[in-house]
Amino acid sequence: MRWFWVDRFLEFESGAYAKTIKNVSLAEEHLHDHFPGFAVMPNSLIIEGLAQTGGILLGESTGFAHVVVLAKVPKMRFHSWACPGDTLTYTVTLVDARNEGGTVEATAYVGDRLVAEGEIMFAHADQMAADLPFDLDQRNVVFDVGLLDILEVGKAGDGTKQFEASPAS
Amino acid sequence: MATSQEVFDKVQETLIDALGVDDDEVTPEATLIGDLGAESIDFLDIVFRLEKNFDIKIPRGELFPENLAGAESGFIEDGMVTEKGISELRDRMPHADIDAFADDPKVENIQELFTVEMICKFLESKLKS
Repeated sequence: MRWFWVDRFLEFESGAYAKTIKNVSLAEEHLHDHFPGFAVMPNSLIIEGLAQTGGILLGESTGFAHVVVLAKVPKMRFHSWACPGDTLTYTVTLVDARNEGGTVEATAYVGDRLVAEGEIMFAHADQMAADLPFDLDQRNVVFDVGLLDILEVGKAGDGTKQFEASPAS
Repeated sequence: MATSQEVFDKVQETLIDALGVDDDEVTPEATLIGDLGAESIDFLDIVFRLEKNFDIKIPRGELFPENLAGAESGFIEDGMVTEKGISELRDRMPHADIDAFADDPKVENIQELFTVEMICKFLESKLKS
């Protein structure tokens, strides 16, 4: 399994907001344990998808100059759930970005049904305590695992782009 | 100019949001770590929120100084903060109740300096300047 909890970016406005989707599939192993007879996308992985969306939004705003780590989920409410066949739409808005980290507000919808809403806070690990072993390069994390490829905002079967992205120049 | 009550009310609201605690837990004497369950990353969150709610800038380390009890600080001997360390604390945390701490300057008591009241005092002096 690869640790990608979003499938595609739909919209991206540098330093402002991003919208991604996650298609829930019965082929995902964990859905057979969560729960037997009632497959439902784990809330923790919805948070991860929102955090990947938000983390890339924050990271891109500084040209990936910092090591962005999920620091805290101050608030998250779950109103309903997502099942196999559902498409989750994640929207995150950057409400605070600074040298030490940043915060996003996030929602998850299936269609027009609200699934989750809350807040996620990120820290710039390279700006935290100097004695922490954070000598990794954010560019490597984002680029080597190919996470940024999903910023390529969807290609149709004929090779054309399905959506136009507007990442930072 | 905000009154002490206004400052406290806003600090209380900030801590309720940042730490997910109830309003009756956020008393002036409550300690952030011991009573309100704050962890390291929460201090960053609290600073973010205070800056936003009070529309001020809080330079890093000013409200919550870092590395106070580091082994290399030279302010600790046998698990106690030395006289020199205490005067350093007075210097760096003028908004905290150092006198009470000086009576029993165990290293582990440093965290008790971080109270709701300490934040309020810090903000009041900050808002005056």
